[in-house]
Amino acid sequence: MNATTMDTMTTPPSTPAASPEQLTAAFYELEPHHHPEGASTMLGFWIYLMSDCLIFAMLFAAYGVLGGNYAAGPSPKDLFELPLVAVNTAMLLFSSITYGFAMLAMAKNQKGATISWLLITAVFGAAFLSIELYEFANLIHEGATPMRSGFLTGFFSLVGTHGLHVTFGLIWLFTLVAQISTKGLIPANKRRLMCLSLFWHFLDVIWIGVFTFVYLMGMLR
Amino acid sequence: MESVVHNHWSPLLGRLWWDAIPQEPIVWATFAAVALGGIALVAALTYFKVWGYLWKEWFTSVDHKKIGIMYMVLGLIMFVRGFADAVMMRLQQAWAFNGSEGYLNAHHFDQVFTAHGVIMIFFAAMPFVTGFMNYVVPLQIGARDVSFPFLNNFSFWMTASGAVLVMLSLFIGEFGQTGWLAYPPLSGIAYSPWVGVDYWIWALQIAGVGTLLSGVNLISTIVKMRAPGMDLMKMPIFTWTALCTNILIVAAFPVLTAVLCMLTADRYLDFNFFTNDFGGSAMMYVNLIWIWGHPEVYILILPCFGIFSEVTSTFCGKRLFGYTSMVYATMVITILSYIVWLHHFFTMGSGASVNSFFGITTMVISIPTGAKLFNWLFTMYRGRIRFELPMMWTIAFMLTFTVGGMTGVLLAVPPADFVLHNSLFLIAHFHNVIIGGVVFGTFAGINFWWPKAFGFKLHEGWGKLSFWCWAIGFWFAFMPLYVLGLMGVTRRMRVFDDPNLQIWFLIAAFGAALIAVGIGAFIVQVGYSIWKRKELAVDGDPWGGRTLEWSTTSPPPAYNFAFTPVVHEIDAWDDMKRCGAPRPTGNFQAIHMPKNTEAGIILGGLATAFGFAMIWHIWWLAGLTFAGMIGYAIFHTFNYNRDYFIPADEVTATEAAALGQLAPAGA
Repeated sequence: MNATTMDTMTTPPSTPAASPEQLTAAFYELEPHHHPEGASTMLGFWIYLMSDCLIFAMLFAAYGVLGGNYAAGPSPKDLFELPLVAVNTAMLLFSSITYGFAMLAMAKNQKGATISWLLITAVFGAAFLSIELYEFANLIHEGATPMRSGFLTGFFSLVGTHGLHVTFGLIWLFTLVAQISTKGLIPANKRRLMCLSLFWHFLDVIWIGVFTFVYLMGMLR
Repeated sequence: MESVVHNHWSPLLGRLWWDAIPQEPIVWATFAAVALGGIALVAALTYFKVWGYLWKEWFTSVDHKKIGIMYMVLGLIMFVRGFADAVMMRLQQAWAFNGSEGYLNAHHFDQVFTAHGVIMIFFAAMPFVTGFMNYVVPLQIGARDVSFPFLNNFSFWMTASGAVLVMLSLFIGEFGQTGWLAYPPLSGIAYSPWVGVDYWIWALQIAGVGTLLSGVNLISTIVKMRAPGMDLMKMPIFTWTALCTNILIVAAFPVLTAVLCMLTADRYLDFNFFTNDFGGSAMMYVNLIWIWGHPEVYILILPCFGIFSEVTSTFCGKRLFGYTSMVYATMVITILSYIVWLHHFFTMGSGASVNSFFGITTMVISIPTGAKLFNWLFTMYRGRIRFELPMMWTIAFMLTFTVGGMTGVLLAVPPADFVLHNSLFLIAHFHNVIIGGVVFGTFAGINFWWPKAFGFKLHEGWGKLSFWCWAIGFWFAFMPLYVLGLMGVTRRMRVFDDPNLQIWFLIAAFGAALIAVGIGAFIVQVGYSIWKRKELAVDGDPWGGRTLEWSTTSPPPAYNFAFTPVVHEIDAWDDMKRCGAPRPTGNFQAIHMPKNTEAGIILGGLATAFGFAMIWHIWWLAGLTFAGMIGYAIFHTFNYNRDYFIPADEVTATEAAALGQLAPAGA
C-alpha cells in the first residue's frame, strides 16, 4: 500500500506543480549557507546561567526557611559587620566595571589593554574573596560555625556558594588571559570573553540579592 | 546484618575495608555471574579486536546519532538490572506469608526497592528519552548535529558514570535503604551512617550534570539549528515535546543539584539543613526534592507523547489531528507540572487551602492530557490504520495510560489521598502511567526508529510476542496492587501477617513473570533481527514517514543531509513527496563537521573515580581526581582545532552509494 497517497485529499501540497528543477530548488538548499562557528554559544551559555540562577534560588529559599532558626545561637545582628560587607560589595562592583572596560578594549581589538583590565578585574575579585574569607574566619573563630544553627547553615551555604563561583570565575579568567596571550583576540577567544562577562555580571546580580536579603534585611530582623 | 557497625577508616583507603564485601550469598552469585559475563565480553571484544573500533567510532564520537544509540544501550542494560530488582520484590512479597520471612533480609530488601526506583527513573527511563531526543531531534529539524557536539558526548559519559557507581554499590558496600528519594532524617548521617546514601547522592549528582548539560544542548539545537522555513509551528511534534522536556530539565535539575548538595553538606560537614535539631527542617527537603521530582515525571512522559504522536499520524496516513492544540497542550503541561509538587505530600499538614490549591492544579493537568488523547483518537478516526508494532504499542498506551491518569485524578483529591497515601494504590497508579506511558513509548519508539538507525526492521513475530506479554503482564502485575492499596496495604512492606492478601501478590508475581517473558522476547527480537538483517533490510522511508528523518538514508550518513532541506509545511517530508521534489543528484560540496574527542570519556572516568572516593571518604583520591577534572577541562579548552571538512568527493561517493536506497521523492 502506498502510504504517501493516502491524505492527498485532505491537505494540499505546499507548492503547486512546477518543473522538477524548480521543485528541487524549492525544497533543498543547493548553495549551503554559512554556519558561523559558535552561533549557539551565547544562547547555550545564557540558558546554563539561568539554571545556575535556580541553584541560587534554592539556596535563597533555604535561607528564607532556615534564616530565623538560631537554635539559641547568634543572630545576624550579633554577627554581621555592615562596613566590612559594604567594602566587599564595592570590590565586586568595581570588578564588574573593570570587566566592562576589558570588553570595551576587546571590541577595539586591543589585546594588551584587554589583558590588563582582566588582571585588574582579578585583583578586585581576589580582594572580594579575601574579605569574605576573613569574615568567615572571624565568624568561625567566634563559634558561629555553619554547624551551629539552621540560620548559619543557610548563611554559609548561600554566601559560600557565591564565593565558590567567584573562585571558578577567577580560574577561568586566568585561563583566558593565557589563551589571549598565546592566540590573541581570535573569534573563539572573544566568544569566551563574552561568556565570562555574562558569568561575572551574573555573580554581581546574585551578590546584590545576597547583600540585600541576607545582610541588610538581617540587620533589620 | 543491620546491626553491623562499619567504623573502619584509613588514610589510604578511607572507609573501604574487607567488610565492604556484602555478606549475602545472592549478591555473591550475582557477582560471579556478572564477573564471568564481563570477562567473557572483554575476552570476546579483545579476540575480535573491536576495542579500537569502539573507541574510535563510538566512545569518542560526537555524532548525535551514535550518542543517541549509546544512551539507548545504557538504558536497556540498566532496565534489565532494574527489572531484576522488581522481580526480587515480587518474589519476596508473594513468599513472605504465614510466618515466613521470605528470602530477603530487611537490609537487602530495603536496598532492592531503593535501587529499583533510582535505576528505573534515572538510569533506564532518562537514558531512553535522552537517547530518542539525541537521535531523532537533529534529523527531524534537518540539522547535521547538535549545537555543542562535544558537550553531548560529555553528557553521555557523566550519565554512564552515575550508572557505574550504582552498579558498583551492589558489590562494594551497600546502596541506600531509604526509598528512591532518600528523605531525611532517615537519609541523614545519624540513621544512614554507612555508604548507601552516599552512593545514591554521588550517582545522581554526577548523572545530573550530564542531564542538565544535555538539556542546555538540545534547547540550543532546537532554537538555533532548524532547517530554513521550519518556524516553530512547523516543527514535528516530537521535536516540540523534546523542546518542552528540555526546558523542564533546565528548570528542574538545578533544584536536584542544590538539594543533593544540601544533603551532602548535612552528611559530610555536619550542616543543619534537614536535621531534627539545631534548626534544620526535614520537610524543606521533601518540598525541594519534589519541586524537581514532579517535573521529572513530565520530563519522562512528554517525549513519549511525542513518539505516540509521530507514530499515530504515520500509521494512520494522516496529518496529526489538532497539531496546534497538541503544541499548546504540551506547553500547558510544561507549565502546570511546576505547580503541583505538593500533591506528593498532602499528608504533611499544610492545611486545607494549600492542599486545595495543589489538588486543583493537579486535576487541571488532566485537561491538556485529555486533549492529547482525543487528538490521537481523532487522528485515527477515518485514518487507514496500519497495525504495525509501533501502532500496537501506541494503542496499548492509550488504553493503559488513561486508566492510570484517572487513578491519578483520584489521588489528587486530598481527602482520598489521606487514605491512599504511601499505599500500594499509589504504586499501582504510577506504574500504570510510567509503564503505560514511558515504557510502552520506548518500545513504540524503538520499533519505529530502529529501521532508521540500522537500516533493517525489527522482526515482527517476536515483537508481537513481546508486546502481548507486556500488555497483558502489566495488567496482571499492577491491578492487584490497586486492590491491595484500597485495602490499606502500604508500600515497601517485606513481610505480611494477613494470609488473605497472598493471592493478590501471587497474581502480581504472575504478571511480573509475563513481563519477564516480554523482555526476553524483546531481546530475542533484537538478536534475531540482527541475524536476519539482510531479509529485514529497508530503504530510507520504510513506514511512509512524514518528517525529515525519513528523507535520508537508513542509517543516515554522518552528515545526515547532503543538502539541507527547505521546509514549507508541517510534515515536511510528506509535503516533499506529494510535491514530487526530485532529490539533487550532483554538485555536492564539502561539509563542515565536528571532530571526535576523547575528552568526554576521560572526564567521565575521572568523575566516577571522584564519586567513588567521596563515597568511601578517600580524601586524597577525591582531591586528586577533582583537580584532575578541572585541570583536564582547562587543558581541553586549549584545543582550538575541533572540526574538519568531509571532502566533496567523499560526500559524492556516499550519496552515489545511497542512491538505490533513497526513495526518490519525485517518483
